[in-house]
Amino acid sequence: MNKPLNQKAWLLVVPVFICVAFSAILPLMTVVNYSVQDIISPTQHVFVGTEWFRNIMTDPDLRGALGRQIIFSACVLLFEIPLGVALALAMPASGWRASAALVVLAMPLLIPWNVVGTIWQIFGRPDIGLLGYVLNRIGVDYNYTASPTDAWVTVLVMDIWHWTPLVALLCYAGLRAIPDAFYQAAEIDGASRFAVFRYIQLPKMRGVLMIAVLLRFMDSFMIYTEPFVLTGGGPGDSTTFLSQYLTQKAVGQFDLGPAAAFSLIYFLIILLLCFILYNWMERVGKGGPATTGDDNA
Amino acid sequence: MARIEFQNLGHAYRPNPATLDDYALQPMSMVWEDGGAYALLGPSGCGKSTLLNIVSGLLTPSEGKVLFDGRDVTVQGARERNIAQVFQFPVIYDTMTVFDNLAFPLRNRGLPAAEVRTRVHEVADILDMARELPRKASNLSADAKQKISLGRGLVRKDVAAILFDEPLTVIDPHMKWMLRRQLKKIHQQLKLTLIYVTHDQVEALTFADEVVVMTNGRVVQKGGPEALFLRPDHAFVGYFIGSPGMNLCPVSLDEGAIKLGSQRVAVDANTLATLKSTNGDLKLGIRPEFVRLANDGEAGAVKAQVTRAQQLGNYQLVTANCEGHVFNAKMEPNLRVVDGPVWLRVAAPETVYFSNDERIAMRAAGGA
Amino acid sequence: MRDNRRWIRALVLLGYIAFALIPLYWMLSISLRTNEETMSAFSIWPHQVTFDNFKVIFTDPSWYWGYINSIVYVLMNTVMSVLVALPAAYAFSRYRFLGDKHMFFWLLTNRMTPPAVFLLPFFQLYSSVGLMDTYVAVALAHMLFNVPLAVWILEGFMSGVSREIDETAYIDGYSFPAFFIKIFLPLIKAGVGVTAFFCFMFSWVELLLARTLTTVNAKPIAAVMTRTVSAAGMDWGVLSAAGVLTIIPGALVIYFVRNYIAKGFAMGRV
Repeated sequence: MNKPLNQKAWLLVVPVFICVAFSAILPLMTVVNYSVQDIISPTQHVFVGTEWFRNIMTDPDLRGALGRQIIFSACVLLFEIPLGVALALAMPASGWRASAALVVLAMPLLIPWNVVGTIWQIFGRPDIGLLGYVLNRIGVDYNYTASPTDAWVTVLVMDIWHWTPLVALLCYAGLRAIPDAFYQAAEIDGASRFAVFRYIQLPKMRGVLMIAVLLRFMDSFMIYTEPFVLTGGGPGDSTTFLSQYLTQKAVGQFDLGPAAAFSLIYFLIILLLCFILYNWMERVGKGGPATTGDDNA
Repeated sequence: MARIEFQNLGHAYRPNPATLDDYALQPMSMVWEDGGAYALLGPSGCGKSTLLNIVSGLLTPSEGKVLFDGRDVTVQGARERNIAQVFQFPVIYDTMTVFDNLAFPLRNRGLPAAEVRTRVHEVADILDMARELPRKASNLSADAKQKISLGRGLVRKDVAAILFDEPLTVIDPHMKWMLRRQLKKIHQQLKLTLIYVTHDQVEALTFADEVVVMTNGRVVQKGGPEALFLRPDHAFVGYFIGSPGMNLCPVSLDEGAIKLGSQRVAVDANTLATLKSTNGDLKLGIRPEFVRLANDGEAGAVKAQVTRAQQLGNYQLVTANCEGHVFNAKMEPNLRVVDGPVWLRVAAPETVYFSNDERIAMRAAGGA
Repeated sequence: MRDNRRWIRALVLLGYIAFALIPLYWMLSISLRTNEETMSAFSIWPHQVTFDNFKVIFTDPSWYWGYINSIVYVLMNTVMSVLVALPAAYAFSRYRFLGDKHMFFWLLTNRMTPPAVFLLPFFQLYSSVGLMDTYVAVALAHMLFNVPLAVWILEGFMSGVSREIDETAYIDGYSFPAFFIKIFLPLIKAGVGVTAFFCFMFSWVELLLARTLTTVNAKPIAAVMTRTVSAAGMDWGVLSAAGVLTIIPGALVIYFVRNYIAKGFAMGRV
């Protein structure tokens, strides 16, 4: 698709720009302002330049939290994306079964995140929780408050339970947008089921997959409430991810300066990783906004 | 290539069709000769896409049989029938090059690579796409993509028929003409059975040797362009074909003449006799091409009021109103036609008559 | 071969549905028990089904006002986000213009940092324009993260519709609004459906910003729920009951848009 140049298209974008910029620009400027100040009291600010940034970057705990976070987000993507795609393919295209599946899929997404953490907390307890009790009864030594591995697995499974539907719903919608004619043509061409997946479904899901990957990456990188409620970051600091580290270090003490600095660093980390991810995916296939290089000869 | 035959073929989406109205496609029998170029013409929703999908095997009819070269293929799918279909919008495999697109059906059938290459190059030459072969298919224009869709059908040597479902819908108007010409050339070269669905009569009439006209799930006529034009079997065909379509006007019988409104129109004895022997609502049909100005009170003419005369290049479109019935007439451009009363000859050798919208076949003059 | 496929699909689907439903069942089960029973010993079914937890919610005005408030501003946000995103997504999908790629990426960057530190600036901003404690405030604030999402999703679906369809419609004489509503939107209805649901969902569960910008009048449900931790410990029963109830509006929303999402594409001449 060759897109014509049309500067007037900006008019269509103006409402979006206004609505988003209203809430984005001023607060961002305020935060940048905080990040270079020591806010001793609401009326006493001292300019400290890059002191907070330097403190954070040299903090040994940061490396641990960041490392854990990266591993966690990688696991999230590794499990949720294929599972979501598989679900989308497995769901029926129409009828009451599709409606039922959509509703069931939507339910985990709708629960407030603190309740998600709470439910899994009580779900996983070895004494009174369905999961914990059953696992221990069948001989698995499971205790997420004591064992870091168990804690990790529980947090991961909770996230998968909570967020895979997002991937599945996006991919499902993407699949429904494929006209029947493509499947008919594939049948006429004698394509195998796998060829249909590889040459028709997967390419046409590129758009939604891109969004799903970026969304899940960003949201998992910022995850806070669910693991905090479930494990409190423990045992020890084994499930303390970046966001909790930020909160512990800065927000908890209501020290706005370091907190602001950390938020900006956080933002830059995610921005960098997303940028890399986005460009990589765009090179591999279709990215967005849709761009196709070649001009017709 | 195959000779396709329908035996009492009909399709209803609901399980137990009670009346003809319940059918999306009313039962009928038909033969499509091997190597013929056919068009399925009709307005949206008339059932032509249903018919096409039954031929291609993408839809199994609820009753009747489909035969390819005498074999019953009614329950077979598209792949087994060896059909190729080109859809309304280009259906190509985005991630593949043009070459791989064309090669896909052959590779799926396990053909050796050398043969695949030969065939793909042959077809690319026919379609004038040899240069595009290494390019990624998604980067091409819509008409090029449709050619690829077509090419995937041509590339199989033993393809039974190629079906087109309004393939020029998303093509630029000036490319439409080029593609139609190319299709015609391919037909002449390869002698394939081609069935082309469209709602555009110009496309149908220029493309096909025979046109099947459909309306409301019913095939109303199958014939060449001339037959459809001069001897429409159904009032719908008269109305649909031609630009503008046939003038249709209800008439009644009087002693010795037909009555159009309050006016008596004289017709020859043979016609009168045939008309007298029929029942049902009578309609007179005459194409604008054959309506001409007549002298006052001439036999076979009616008095009408000219409401409009449009100069349209090499002809003049005159619209006249005769007692509430509108007649269009195509006349010489330099003929001076003024608003006001005129006499139009409507009963002519080219006039056809319909009884309950079915054409009345005139008995041969002078007896057996 | 076909049958094999059907079995695998059914297995995957049913397996996942079981996985999804089990914790949900557990939440329901806790909501139907007293806290004493929950904390004492394990049992799959509640020994004594009690609706007390639900009664607490339905009789406490701040609880059910929380629901209503949430529903109001979330619906406002969903409608506003989708309406504003549709033309922008169309522009990104169909045209090139100065800064288009940067703008597109910038939109998404608004989701790239934890909001905790921004709460105070937000509070200050919205106070200064007199929007505190209103539905509009929360709806507008949530547009910060929902509009980029809506634009990205809609753009993806719009780009799947080839431009030739636009051009054919113009040749056929459609005006732009008529084309957009009668031809274009039906082709992307799966995208619209899923966008509407996600906007609803993300706004529904967002509690930090909603809590910050509201005091009494527009207080959301999620914020009210944090009151369940008291000196006596966690009120598991009420929390679970509230959890059960928060599913309902969203479930209705997805049920409402199910026909847009499922079997979404109908190609054909209008």
